[in-house]
Amino acid sequence: MSSQAPPRADELLALADDELVLGWRDSEWTGIAPFLEEDVAFSSIAQTEIGHARAFYELAARELGGTADTLAFDRRPEEYRSSPLVELRLVHDWGRTIARHVLYELADAIRVAELKESDDADLAGLAEKIEREEAYHVMHAQMWADRLAESDDGRARLLAGLDELWPYALGLVEGAQRERFLADVAERLPFFFPPEVEPVARGEHVDEWAELWDEMTMVRRSAPGGRW
Amino acid sequence: MTVAAALTPERVWERLAEIPDPEIPVISLVDLGVVRDVAVEGERVRVDFTPTFLGCPALELMQTLMADAVRELGGEPDVVVRTDDPWTTDLITPEGRAKLREAGFAPPGPRPAVGQVQLVDIQRGPFRCPYCDSTDTRLDNIFGPTPCRSLRYCESCRQPFEQFKTV
Repeated sequence: MSSQAPPRADELLALADDELVLGWRDSEWTGIAPFLEEDVAFSSIAQTEIGHARAFYELAARELGGTADTLAFDRRPEEYRSSPLVELRLVHDWGRTIARHVLYELADAIRVAELKESDDADLAGLAEKIEREEAYHVMHAQMWADRLAESDDGRARLLAGLDELWPYALGLVEGAQRERFLADVAERLPFFFPPEVEPVARGEHVDEWAELWDEMTMVRRSAPGGRW
Repeated sequence: MTVAAALTPERVWERLAEIPDPEIPVISLVDLGVVRDVAVEGERVRVDFTPTFLGCPALELMQTLMADAVRELGGEPDVVVRTDDPWTTDLITPEGRAKLREAGFAPPGPRPAVGQVQLVDIQRGPFRCPYCDSTDTRLDNIFGPTPCRSLRYCESCRQPFEQFKTV
């Protein structure tokens, strides 16, 4: 495989913002998931995603200055590079949540695998580490997609979510990565026939983003410069 | 004896081996395999550390505990977090694995030679119950109380137990 130049800081920020925002959204299931095992699972996944965000922010901070915390919480909402896919508030709708989970994890696995080939040894090592942890997220997402697809009701709900979120998921990956994503989706979700739509690329934020940003940064803004 | 003369990598390793993991105190940080290298130069002691799970809240505490231990020995600590050569559960020592099992945590299986752990591996793999040694166990939840653990159930002694994830 060919090596690549170290991604620019804004690419690291995009990765970090995706993981931070998704981790935040996943944590909204804590205490209200359909059953206890899923309270635990989504809470644990949220924790891991935020850990990955922190690691990416730390690498970005080497180029941009500041710390993981300042990058995560001191930017204006319009400065975030997160994908609309992770910003959507899906809590209370399990079918759409699993649709996002499986689409995100399949696309993210492709991004992370490519980062392992980076010339930057720290980034390549980090990607290898993240890939091992994310493998459990992929398993969990696949398990749930398969489980929902087993019943008529579950399949209908999952497919409604997949159809709706597909343009956002396409926006996570471009070029050869997108080709790979289409192949992986066809293999892993054989019951889903993606609609022909234009991808929604990152850059635009969804309506729910402002409220999430407000909540996410509230404590830090309440005590500027505070230390915990 | 001067402080500098007393500071050797061996002494530092011995002292670090006394630090319990903050979340699973039956195992030390050295048995966990997170201490990758110790270098002593005069009073300066460099400890290379690789994080377990990136979302683990104990990572900062581990670094603080190691730095404090080096200071106790009279050294000036420099705990370096390395990401270029990531930690894997294969680095847990045989002693560490035995201690985990004694405390009721099933130690991790080996990493696959190629690629990542698959769902079928943890659903069908011969994971051994730490209480009764039976391999008649099933996966209850991929996720557990901390990022490093899954939940399994032993069909033989009917006891749930925590399984270290393989990473």
